[in-house]
Amino acid sequence: MKSSKPARSIATWSLAILGIAYSGLALALALEWNLQPAGSKLAADIHWLHEAVMVLCTAIFVGVFGFMFWACYAHRKSKGHKAAQFHENTTVEILWTVIPAVILVGIAWPTTRVLVEQKDTSNPDITIKVTGYQWKWGYDYVKGEGEGISFISTLSTPRDQIEGKAPKGEHYLVEVDNELVVPMGKKIRILTTAADVIHSWWMPAFGAKQDAVPGFIRDLWFRPEKTGTFRSQCVELCGKEHGFMPIVVKVVSQEEYGKWVGAQMKMIAASADDPNKFFALDELKKRGEQVYAKNCVVCHQATGKGTPPAFPPLDGSKMVLGPKDAQIVAVLNGVMKNGAPTAMAAFGKQLNDVEMAAVITFTRNNWGNKVGGADGLVQPGEVKVLRDKK
Amino acid sequence: MSAVVDTHGHDGHGHDAHGGGYHGAGGIMRWVTTTNHKDIGTLYLWFSFIMFMTGGAMAMAIRLELFSPGIQFFNPDLFNQFTTMHGLIMLFGAIMPAFVGFANWQIPIMIGAPDMAFARLNNWSFWLLPFAATLLVMSFFTPGGAPGVGWTLYAPLTVQMGMGMDLTIFAVHLLGMSSILGSINIITTILNMRAPGMTMMRLPLFVWTWLITAYLLVAAMPVLAGAVTMTLTDRHFGTSFFNAAGGGDPVLYQHIFWFFGHPEVYIIALPAFGVVSQVLPAFSRKPLFGYASMVYATSAIAILSFIVWAHHMYTVGMPVQGQLFFMYATTLIAIPTGVKVFNWVATMWKGSLTFETPMLFAIGFLFLFTLGGFTGLMLSLVPIDIQLHDTYYVVAHFHYVMVAGALFAAFAGVYFWFPKWTGKMYDETLGQWHFWLTMIFFNMIFFVQHFLGLAGMPRRIPDYPLIFETWNKISSIGAFGFGLTQLLFLYIILKAIRSGEKAPQKPWEGADSLEWTHLPTPVPYHSFETPPVLK
Amino acid sequence: MEHGASTTTRQAHYHVPQPMPWPIMGSFSLFCMALGSVILFNGASAGWTGIALGFMVLLYMMFRWFGDVIRESEGGKYGRWEDLSFRWGMSWFIFSEVMFFAGFFGALFWARVMSVPDLASLEHNTYLWPNFTSHWPSAGPGFEEKFSPMGAWGLPALNTVLLLSSGVTITLAHWGLIANQRGKLLFWQGMTILLGVLFLICQAVEYAHAYSDLNLKLTTGAYGTTFFMLTGFHGFHVTCGAIMLTVIWFRCLSGHFKPEHHFAFEGVAWYWHFVDVVWLGLFIFVYWL
Ligand code: HEA
Ligand code: HEA
Ligand code: HEC
Ligand code: CUA
Ligand SMILES: [Cu+2]
Repeated sequence: MKSSKPARSIATWSLAILGIAYSGLALALALEWNLQPAGSKLAADIHWLHEAVMVLCTAIFVGVFGFMFWACYAHRKSKGHKAAQFHENTTVEILWTVIPAVILVGIAWPTTRVLVEQKDTSNPDITIKVTGYQWKWGYDYVKGEGEGISFISTLSTPRDQIEGKAPKGEHYLVEVDNELVVPMGKKIRILTTAADVIHSWWMPAFGAKQDAVPGFIRDLWFRPEKTGTFRSQCVELCGKEHGFMPIVVKVVSQEEYGKWVGAQMKMIAASADDPNKFFALDELKKRGEQVYAKNCVVCHQATGKGTPPAFPPLDGSKMVLGPKDAQIVAVLNGVMKNGAPTAMAAFGKQLNDVEMAAVITFTRNNWGNKVGGADGLVQPGEVKVLRDKK
Repeated sequence: MSAVVDTHGHDGHGHDAHGGGYHGAGGIMRWVTTTNHKDIGTLYLWFSFIMFMTGGAMAMAIRLELFSPGIQFFNPDLFNQFTTMHGLIMLFGAIMPAFVGFANWQIPIMIGAPDMAFARLNNWSFWLLPFAATLLVMSFFTPGGAPGVGWTLYAPLTVQMGMGMDLTIFAVHLLGMSSILGSINIITTILNMRAPGMTMMRLPLFVWTWLITAYLLVAAMPVLAGAVTMTLTDRHFGTSFFNAAGGGDPVLYQHIFWFFGHPEVYIIALPAFGVVSQVLPAFSRKPLFGYASMVYATSAIAILSFIVWAHHMYTVGMPVQGQLFFMYATTLIAIPTGVKVFNWVATMWKGSLTFETPMLFAIGFLFLFTLGGFTGLMLSLVPIDIQLHDTYYVVAHFHYVMVAGALFAAFAGVYFWFPKWTGKMYDETLGQWHFWLTMIFFNMIFFVQHFLGLAGMPRRIPDYPLIFETWNKISSIGAFGFGLTQLLFLYIILKAIRSGEKAPQKPWEGADSLEWTHLPTPVPYHSFETPPVLK
Repeated sequence: MEHGASTTTRQAHYHVPQPMPWPIMGSFSLFCMALGSVILFNGASAGWTGIALGFMVLLYMMFRWFGDVIRESEGGKYGRWEDLSFRWGMSWFIFSEVMFFAGFFGALFWARVMSVPDLASLEHNTYLWPNFTSHWPSAGPGFEEKFSPMGAWGLPALNTVLLLSSGVTITLAHWGLIANQRGKLLFWQGMTILLGVLFLICQAVEYAHAYSDLNLKLTTGAYGTTFFMLTGFHGFHVTCGAIMLTVIWFRCLSGHFKPEHHFAFEGVAWYWHFVDVVWLGLFIFVYWL
């Protein structure tokens, strides 16, 4: 065939380029290219399984394509090879059906073992409920040492770094304000759920991943065997900021954990907001600004202008300028449209009465909004009344 | 394997006496109103190429944004929209129509039929597509933009989207309608329009794979239509299909979607298998090895494909029994697929091989598709998938089976049949450049994504932690190279149409199905008005 | 079925129809209706214009397209070979419809067997939905209004009788056609249409009853959702079927069809039986059990 000459030279060139490219890659192999180091026995088992199956597949792959490339080399027409005409052989057909089947059974056996272990969430030492919000994680310690601790964990990388206005830090995008703290060697059971859409909680070092489905409880477990900080991200597309809701777990010794729990408990006692107190406007506005920065800016923006039409402005919004009860209800219970929840989720579960009153007062008296008067100032008590009504 | 054919039928059965040409409306109305399977096949192929460019442009945007960490070019919302539309457009706009185009062109001339069984319906199946595509692309320009929910359109995120979501839902309805009508047509054509003597077990394998694909489409597409309809009513009429507060379940959406979605991936793969099963024997100058077992393996894949869907949902929290069932069922698919791979290699074994462009793409397919199949097998094992689900490992897996699989096979098919369709030869040297550049850049984009996935990079994110930077840079450079290479493909095609050498009736020595043995090149407008005589 | 139409039974030429503009007109009409609906659903009543325009184009297109087909059929263009194609085509179309309903039945079973019991489990009671208990019919843990489920043995049972008898009457009409007894054909075909229309009237009454007396609405959680979506889509199919039956009735009246050549009639009859069978599924799983 007349095409075999360009074919050969192109092939040679291409293979040369490929070779150079891949030797470059080989040099770069110091990079992250495999599963993260295991931090628990379960993860180690999974890594072993992964390695074993991969080696097996590679072996089959090399075998099969050994034949194919040999054919490409030896049975070329340009070498004058004449085509045989066989096209059936029941024996080999049976062989190459049965052998893969046997291999698959061989793979299924250890896999089933690891899987059954992975699904066994019984008898945990500590149970923590994890709630996915757009776009942050809520942690509630619901059983075991630390019961009662509850906090929200949000990305702490500054916006400037993301937008390229400041150099990026070491833990860019995988750092949070409040890390999940757990003791080493204890069986931790995580209950996942979500408030708005599906998120997914993943900790690769422990071989643990579970979707957080709104309205449902699902679970996973892990038993960390190393202290240290482990990082990961939400792994189910959950809207605009899906790439910006990291998960950070800090594993500490039992002793340190005890100390941490103690400190948390003290903080809870100290910072308990008094919902019966009356606040001054400025006090509420100041507190409200913090709450707003933490909970609302992602959508409604620091300017209060939102990014319409997806996220409406609060600056100049009819509701914000109107009677306050409507807004309190909207922020408490979320906004429904045609009977379906919108991205404006119910903040009632995340914010206490004081925070709620503060943030609403803030939106009513900031940017161009100057409500003032009785409708401009929301006291925690008023929130409580509306909250209890539901 | 095609029929043994009596060879004195060559010079066109006197079609030329009928004039051979076209007798309908002229100009653009010819294409709008045509009932000719070749015209419609051509329309499908051009449409698919345009959509490939559109979806590819979005892929370029994705790779551009991912070139460096940080938000550079597109805000996260727009990025998600690109990802979603890239997936939808590539699947429903590029790959599926490409293979329906092949089906239209090839099935009648491979089985000796005068045309498709329902020629008018055929026209409709095509002309639904541009309207559906318009709806899809239009959604970018509505308030709130296109939906940024991923091609899987998972509830309840879909409930939050703006009107772009509704446009997408209706587009999916139209696309589904097109596929269902097209498939009914294909099934009927294959069952009812074969020339006397063309028994089922003499059908070229391409025809067989399409018969089975069409069956998958008729069974799966209506289920997708149901799923998006439920999304629509949850959005606007207060139903609770996917809302826990009303007793529904977001996971229900996933079950319904993947009941469609997994067969869908074989809808993409099976016609590709068919093309490769025509090309490999032709350039090996040796009949396809194990014809019957190929047919049975394809059927087995199709049947299994309906009981494995939940392997996309290992992390939603199924009971362990469910996970085990779906894992075992999924791994079973490796057996029939393996049979096919082995048969292909055995076809080449002791052949008399030459390596023209179609053959190169077919070998590229075989090599890389199998690699993608093995990563699929890794993903089918629940504990491993729990680590890899929703990471770039999955992205690497499915581009290996869909780009190096389906797209490579489509390229192979175009180069293989182009002379038959147009009567012109393409430029072999350029064709080989196209193959090698595609091959290199493809691996550069997607091989490294395995590493990214293993190291923990989630998919569908516009920005990433610093440790992932190097691989992403390599991947992006590969992507730009890949994109430019496809412009070369366009050039090759246009050049061949304009000034290609005249092609003989049978440019490929080893090709032996009806269209090569019984029809002149280019194929006349009406081919088998009277059925060919087969021995 | 090795050979499709075997060599001996089929004529030499298959009818390949002429080019025509109806398909693209159909696409255009669907495009208008889709766009109109999107606009309407997002709060602008201008959407009705698009829907109305699309619908009119659709009607026109159907008149012309079907007109062409009927002319060809009566003009003797379709022999046994084409007839067999139609049979395959209709069978696979009905199969696709079966799969469409299967999706919605799947949703019903999921709610009944999986999600509702799951939401009432101990863990869910503790952390998310206190006091929710598993039962069916259920509108889910977040639904507070009271509602009553639709009983099976009133109107729905009557509807079952109506549809089942319409399956008998259409068969009688078919026998009339085969025996070339036009009177019998027209009478029983008319009865079938009548039964279909009666069914639809009963269903409308039932819906009104649900909304006004039972407080059972489309928005009544999983139960209301599956109830109305399943019966609603079925009702829509009955409507289409009834329209098709009517068209066929008029064709019978104007003397179309021959005892041995009447696929249009049979196709509609198949469709009607399919609608019938779906109803049985509905009656059992939506109303009765
Ligand atoms: C053409 C399309 C195509 C094809 C053919 C396949 C083929 C397969 N896929 Fe893939 N897959 C996709 C397209 C495809 N897939 C897409 C698009 C997604 C992602 C969707 C999304 O989330 O967006 C996906 C995702 C996906 C997942 C979910 C991953 C996740 O999200 O976590 C899984 C898990 O099981 C999987 C498995 C498989 C398997 C087992 C096969 C098998 O069919 C492969 C069989 C082949 C071989 C195994 C190689 C040849 C065999 C031999 C040589 C025999 C010897 C071998 C052995 C004995 C092992 N695929
Ligand atoms: C068969 C289907 C198909 C095909 C062919 C492709 C082709 C490509 N895909 Fe594909 N992809 C999917 C199906 C497909 N994809 C699916 C289903 C998803 C999942 C979506 C989801 O998560 O919901 C996905 C997701 C996906 C991602 C992950 C996005 C994310 O998770 O956020 C990425 C990232 O690299 C990617 C890249 C590419 C690239 C670089 C190509 C290239 O091969 C494309 C090359 C083609 C061209 C470039 C067009 C032709 C050339 C021009 C238009 C000229 C202009 C060129 C230049 C200026 C350079 N795709
Ligand atoms: C996940 C994104 C998101 C977050 C976070 C968010 N909102 Fe909203 N908000 C929305 C969306 C979307 C709407 C529009 C809902 C609709 O009507 O469709 C909205 C609407 C509102 C409205 C009604 C505005 C009007 O004119 O109707 C108020 C008030 C409001 N949000 C206040 C807040 C406050 C206070 C916070 C923080 C505690 C907050 N939002 C956090 C997305 C968000
Ligand atoms: Cu939360 Cu992604
Ligand atoms: Cu799958």
